[in-house]
Amino acid sequence: MPERVLMEGSAAIVEAAVQAGCRFYAGYPITPSTEILELMSVRMPQVGGTCMNAESEIEAIGMVWGAAGCGVRSMIASTGQGISLMQESFAELANAQIPIVAVNMCRGQGDYFQATRGGGHGDYRFIVLAPSTAQEAADLTQLAFHLADKWRNPVMIMGDFLLSHTSEMVSFAAPALAELPPKEWAVTGAKGRRGITLSPLGPSEKLSTDVAAALANVTAKHSAIVSEEVRVEHGFLEDAELVVVAFGFPGRFVKYAVRLARERGLRVGYVRPISLWPFPRHAVASAAATARAVAVFELNAGQMIEDVQLSVLGRVPVVAIGGISHDHSGFGVGPLLNVEHILKRIGQVYSGKEDP
Amino acid sequence: MSAVTGSGERGLRKVFEKPDLLLSAEHSLCPGCGEPVALRVILEAVQELGLRERTICVAGIGCYTAFPMIMDVDVMQALHGRAPSVATGVKRVRPDAFVFTMQGDGDMISEGLQEVLHAAARGERITAIVFNNAVFGETGGHMTAATVLGQHTKTSVGGRDRERHGNPIRISELVAQLDGAAYVARSAVHTPSAIKLTEQYLRDAFQCQLEGRGFSLLEILTMCPTDWFVTPAQGPAFLAERIEPTFPLGIIKS
Amino acid sequence: MLATVHIDQELCKGCDLCVPACPPQVLVMSQAVNSKGYRYPLLLDGCTGCELCAKVCPDFCFEVYREASGSGLAVRG
Repeated sequence: MPERVLMEGSAAIVEAAVQAGCRFYAGYPITPSTEILELMSVRMPQVGGTCMNAESEIEAIGMVWGAAGCGVRSMIASTGQGISLMQESFAELANAQIPIVAVNMCRGQGDYFQATRGGGHGDYRFIVLAPSTAQEAADLTQLAFHLADKWRNPVMIMGDFLLSHTSEMVSFAAPALAELPPKEWAVTGAKGRRGITLSPLGPSEKLSTDVAAALANVTAKHSAIVSEEVRVEHGFLEDAELVVVAFGFPGRFVKYAVRLARERGLRVGYVRPISLWPFPRHAVASAAATARAVAVFELNAGQMIEDVQLSVLGRVPVVAIGGISHDHSGFGVGPLLNVEHILKRIGQVYSGKEDP
Repeated sequence: MSAVTGSGERGLRKVFEKPDLLLSAEHSLCPGCGEPVALRVILEAVQELGLRERTICVAGIGCYTAFPMIMDVDVMQALHGRAPSVATGVKRVRPDAFVFTMQGDGDMISEGLQEVLHAAARGERITAIVFNNAVFGETGGHMTAATVLGQHTKTSVGGRDRERHGNPIRISELVAQLDGAAYVARSAVHTPSAIKLTEQYLRDAFQCQLEGRGFSLLEILTMCPTDWFVTPAQGPAFLAERIEPTFPLGIIKS
Repeated sequence: MLATVHIDQELCKGCDLCVPACPPQVLVMSQAVNSKGYRYPLLLDGCTGCELCAKVCPDFCFEVYREASGSGLAVRG
């Protein structure tokens, strides 16, 4: 058994990135993601990598673009506001098929749309993975680098304040991931070959003008990603009359609340999306097929609930039991993230006192 | 008697042709544009210094965005204004690569001023090349941060006015203030002698990178007759009389 | 010095930059136009092979030929 170490979620992400071969990081301080920049500024030089204190998030994602375009595994982290500044580059990184890993340590969960629908322009998509524990954050970071290279598409890790600052035992077993082909597409200097152009505007072969085909390749990947890369956890669904859907650290609170509800005789189950895009439609749909209602717990005004509604398609009522919830600083954990509160809301929906 | 336009006549040998690294002489830039002349100088320097296999060019967005597809070197296309940041990432992970940006005044001095200043301040061992025609060419002739006072563009129709439009920025003098900048010069391509200056300064700038002395910047004034609203033949004179006074040529720092 | 230039008339966009740049002034724009509708330069006698036309040309139209060494006679067509 690989050695287990006590560390915060952000440290787990940094260590996993290092072990995944990440050798370039660029960032800008912003709560609650700054610990990742701090740790990277120490760890990257130790492993022959580079950590850049960029002068803005726009510059940071530009630097990551350059390093990743050379085939080097590269990462960036911020929170919703900083991620907003990076959106143009995110959209075009997807078009240029340049793999990067971006971590969003959200304040609450209000960045769900930004991550899954994209805050940038055009038809791009990010694969989005939402860990709920420090161990899962480490595992999903390793997976993120693999999926980014496998699909030549950016991948986002969606964490939050609690994940960033909660210390838990983490082990770093080498993940069982398939071998990936060498990065023929990377820019390295035209040694012994004709030059290439790595561009979001179109093809890489010189003199080629087939822009449409190049861009079509980008979106053609989406259906394959949707069919292959859905990840979800669920429990107590066999006889569940109410299914609660929640992701990330709040998803863990819901798991615990569902267990308590079961002890009190309520037939409640949960679905925890791990991949937010591609969203686990079938898991939610099949759970709802045998239930009376679906409740959605998320720390925002209602975003993932739309994906749940798209999965359930009106078969049963879908009820929001979360809400916007911040601490006084606006960065941290709000009062709604509380097991008793979640239990109370579950009870109300379960007993039908909640008009959907 | 028609002028001789054949090639390979008795005892004559070819002494000049398009650069080997130019994959096609066909490009979409306007008649009388100065940018392809600058491109020729760049490709000749890369070839002459034997840098092709180590070169990674990071291109900005402008009329010159037509060039990456006809340059036989590796090019990374960056977003508008971001080339110096992308080039920083490239050089940091590939310190043995020969990295230069290719940008316009709109790309570098308007959109990406923060990027180039910080890259220079950090002393990134890259060469930033900016084609300055004092106008957004690709969009069809709009004011940039380098448009000179009195210059007519589609967004400064009566001529750039200090009160309404502010003053042009001399990027070379600005970058030269930064300790990380080791070589800064400004040349042009509107006359054979100005082109000679561009050839010399570009080699200086490339040498600065090769010797790892720090950040190098070459600002090349280029003609844009279309968006200066003059004929192609009047381009060089317009540059000399209307643009160059605001942007004097010479080595600014080395 | 025996010298001449080869001019790719189809590449030319008629910008007319080469004509004033030619020291012996032996380039003149044609009346005819190429397939894109542009006039192009024609070479008269007296080319010295100095390469300036090629250096100022934005469309890479010129190839310059010079005698390896020897007299300065211009080649006549």
